[in-house]
Amino acid sequence: MSQKNQHCPAPYWNPLIAGILLGIVLLSTFVVTGHGLGATGFTTRLTAWFGMYLLPVATNANDYLGGMVEEGKPLDAWISWQVVGVALGALVSAFFAGRIAVKLDGKRFLGGSSRPLTALFGGLLAGFGARIAAGCTSGLGLSGAAVLSLAGFTFLGTFFAVGLLASRFMKEEK
Amino acid sequence: MGTILSGLLLGGAFGFVLERAGFGNPNKLTGQFRLTDWSVFKVMFTAIVFAAVGLLILEKVGFVDGGSLFVPPSFLGAAALGGAFVGAGFAIGGYCPGTSVVGLMSGRMDAGIFLIGLLLGTIVFAGIYPSIESLTTLGEIANADSLPELLSVSSLSIDIAMVMAAVGVFALGSWMEKKSRGPVSSQEI
Repeated sequence: MSQKNQHCPAPYWNPLIAGILLGIVLLSTFVVTGHGLGATGFTTRLTAWFGMYLLPVATNANDYLGGMVEEGKPLDAWISWQVVGVALGALVSAFFAGRIAVKLDGKRFLGGSSRPLTALFGGLLAGFGARIAAGCTSGLGLSGAAVLSLAGFTFLGTFFAVGLLASRFMKEEK
Repeated sequence: MGTILSGLLLGGAFGFVLERAGFGNPNKLTGQFRLTDWSVFKVMFTAIVFAAVGLLILEKVGFVDGGSLFVPPSFLGAAALGGAFVGAGFAIGGYCPGTSVVGLMSGRMDAGIFLIGLLLGTIVFAGIYPSIESLTTLGEIANADSLPELLSVSSLSIDIAMVMAAVGVFALGSWMEKKSRGPVSSQEI
């Protein structure tokens, strides 16, 4: 139990403890910034950033991304630093818990040998949906529900209902 | 700069807690939808209730100005439709946007592929934006952004209801975990 290495990763935290600590982080974020935590604010800006270099004309002309590249700094926002923080925090945590392992995970429950396709398609759906709702599970679900917003509760409701339904179609492989 | 430091520190704590909770693991995350691992609900409900009650207290003592907090606008059709897409993406892909970053940092290649998918989904959205722009403002509730406003009740009563709902989620979840294979541990492949 006391030995932590690649073959014996530390146990996950109790959900109540993790939830309280996540609540403290979320509350602190509201106190410091006036808004909550997020993720797709950054991936949208990252998309605009790639577009600015790869397809500058089309990106500038785009109704959705054009505004973000107007001043040439689509990544210049608090959310970018926050997501860089998420990556670093997760890396530190995984490292000290002995949980860093390069692998293609999720094959058993999520498509077996076609796991790369389920990952790509799932990401595509989530990326598209987060732009319609103007937020994701963190930005609209978690943060929106903490301020008791109707949009936050509505998002969480359909998120769970459709997730429950969609997971019925993912068959488990042995 | 304050922006950089606060982003890195708050984001860092967010990522650390998500990883410790096991939310970089797609098998654990999707266990919520198979109803065998209720960690996602337990952690989210606890955090939401903690932050909501915390904000109420900090507003009452005058430390936080409730009016200055960002409350997302009530485009409920857009929120519902977007939630449906993100929910399907989560069930099929194994992550939500934030947790895919956590998964990638613990070495999961599938999380990296999910992130590429996220960017592709954003490109598709931006590409057809003129024809679907109306979806982003679908179903507006003009007279209320929050549940207390809509129902004309105090935030305190909603908070109390949410605490009770959270207790219910823990009870139901733990019971269903006992009846099934139970939560995914960090030792499982």
